Amino acid sequence: MALAPAGEFHASYRADMTIMPTRNSRRALLLGIVLLCFAPLVLGRYELGLLINIGFMGIAALGLNILVGFTGQISIGHAAFFGVGAFLSAYLHERFHIPVILCIPLAGLGTALVGLVFGLPAARLKGLYLAIATLAAQFILEDFFARAQWFTGGVSGRMTEAVELFGIRFDREESYFYIVLAFTIIMFVMAANLMRTRDGRALIAVRDHYLSAEVMGINLAYYRTLSFAISSFYAGIAGALYAHYLFFVSVEAFNILFSIQFLAMVIIGGLGSVMGSLMGAAFMVLMPEGVQALADMLAGGWIDRTLKLGASISFLREMAIGAAIIIFLVFEPDGLAHRWKQIKAYWKLYPFSH
Amino acid sequence: METGLLFQLVLNGLIVGALYGVVAMSFVLIYKASQVVNFAQGEFMLIGAWACWWLLTYWQLPFWIGFPVALAFMTVFGVVLQVMVLRPLIGEPVISVIMATVGLSIFFQALMKWMFGVFAQPFPAIFPVERIRIMGLEVQSVYLLSIALSLMIMLGFWWFFNFSKHGLAMRATAFDQQVAQSLGISVPQVFAMSWAISAVVSAVAGVVVGVVSGVSSGLSFYGIKVFPAVILGGLDSVVGAMLGGIIVGVLENLAQYVDSQWLNWGNMTNIAPFYALIIILLIKPYGLFGTKNIERV
Repeated sequence: MALAPAGEFHASYRADMTIMPTRNSRRALLLGIVLLCFAPLVLGRYELGLLINIGFMGIAALGLNILVGFTGQISIGHAAFFGVGAFLSAYLHERFHIPVILCIPLAGLGTALVGLVFGLPAARLKGLYLAIATLAAQFILEDFFARAQWFTGGVSGRMTEAVELFGIRFDREESYFYIVLAFTIIMFVMAANLMRTRDGRALIAVRDHYLSAEVMGINLAYYRTLSFAISSFYAGIAGALYAHYLFFVSVEAFNILFSIQFLAMVIIGGLGSVMGSLMGAAFMVLMPEGVQALADMLAGGWIDRTLKLGASISFLREMAIGAAIIIFLVFEPDGLAHRWKQIKAYWKLYPFSH
Repeated sequence: METGLLFQLVLNGLIVGALYGVVAMSFVLIYKASQVVNFAQGEFMLIGAWACWWLLTYWQLPFWIGFPVALAFMTVFGVVLQVMVLRPLIGEPVISVIMATVGLSIFFQALMKWMFGVFAQPFPAIFPVERIRIMGLEVQSVYLLSIALSLMIMLGFWWFFNFSKHGLAMRATAFDQQVAQSLGISVPQVFAMSWAISAVVSAVAGVVVGVVSGVSSGLSFYGIKVFPAVILGGLDSVVGAMLGGIIVGVLENLAQYVDSQWLNWGNMTNIAPFYALIIILLIKPYGLFGTKNIERV
């Protein structure tokens, strides 16, 4: 079967739970990954840097999507957990001399623990109360970063080491790309599989109707905390990847704007969609480039002079983030993933789309 | 231990807290009427203050013209925002609405930075600045004015909700939208009005802070300090918001005192309210005066 029929015709649980609906979609995915493996041979360092950014941002966005899109909880402090991962990985390597490649998953686990601490209140809260609690977590953690000299290096920040594996130093975009690619694939496969398990279904049940879920015997507090921990785990891994890419982690990086950026990725990609997280991350990473390109195009003209575009490009980027969130919420609440499905359906059903 | 400093800090806390209370009240107003958590409350203050500043410095208008014009602008702004952004989201899950206001917040914050720059700008001198001594404590006259204005706004709110037709309509809508509709109250109109009033009141607070310490993007942090205040007081209680604001104002000044005397951590002024917030959420999530939301199946 090359194409999936329109509608749901699954005759077995196995068919219902499969990740890849058709053989062709599996082939397309494998082909895509193989093509990506050749990317460092073709693309320049700048483009590779963008791809690396999309990779770890996508992992963090996926973590947030597990929390927001699959469990229906909200977090406005994701960047703080991202920061915990970044500093923890650097700290573990410097203090205990653990190889960097092991530090990254360890940082993920450590961040999950921190997430548990903040997730315990989250077990009792939902909706806007949780939003406010995580907002508080964001400011408390940010303050902690600025103060904990031993952990973060204080105001001056912390240097990090490159990943070393089998005698190769992954300190250039061309090589580090493969590390990020491997982690991205692992994390996305894990998330896709999580949603097929008992725990994943429980999370979705909590989102759809938590009272019914509780009546069915799902432990609400346990699954809400679990979802918080998983989301922090993803944020931690992504943060560690970020730290060993830039070789320097600064305290100021993990502010609330960064948190909102992750939320924007999840909304733009599509709530409750695994691949949507990656699309959202790609959108958010590429959007500043688009804004920059637009400003460059207008540079020197009268629009540039009257509006002072060149000097205020960072504000324009922030505005674009805010505008993107609002526009997607109002006009396309299901995000890019939904749009992508519609595009596929259009071609599949062409010319009889109705 | 200096008791003089302590009293001075408590007094400062009361003054700042009254302003927090005013902003918190306008936050609660929106939440009560339309069940929207407005993360852009601080940006309302910011926009109002910048608008007034712009009219006063760029157009050289006298304060008694520029201030009402700025408030009129904020009325229109609040209504337009509600109609264009929040109305399409009616019926969407809470999370979507929260994120929409978060989006609004960063959009307007960046817009204001773009239009007016990142540096604090002082207001032209409107009121004579002098120090008045009350019971051995030094108070700037502007602060006294600010506390008087806060009290006036509170009284205004009390009158509005208890005696005016629109205020009663708003309370009815908050109680039950369908019943209110069946009694001939236009719910969309109430929503729009609540946003307009909230924007205006926040803008007044913004102008007051601007007059005291200059207008800058730091103003929007007031909007975030609102959360400890409203959680403490209860999300849907106007009185609670007021009290919560004052408590938070005093608390952060006391935290600063404790910090300067013994701990020397720094930055406690800004962070202490958030520790308090987490603790309140753990113990008493509905706050002091909030209605308990009991769910029955």
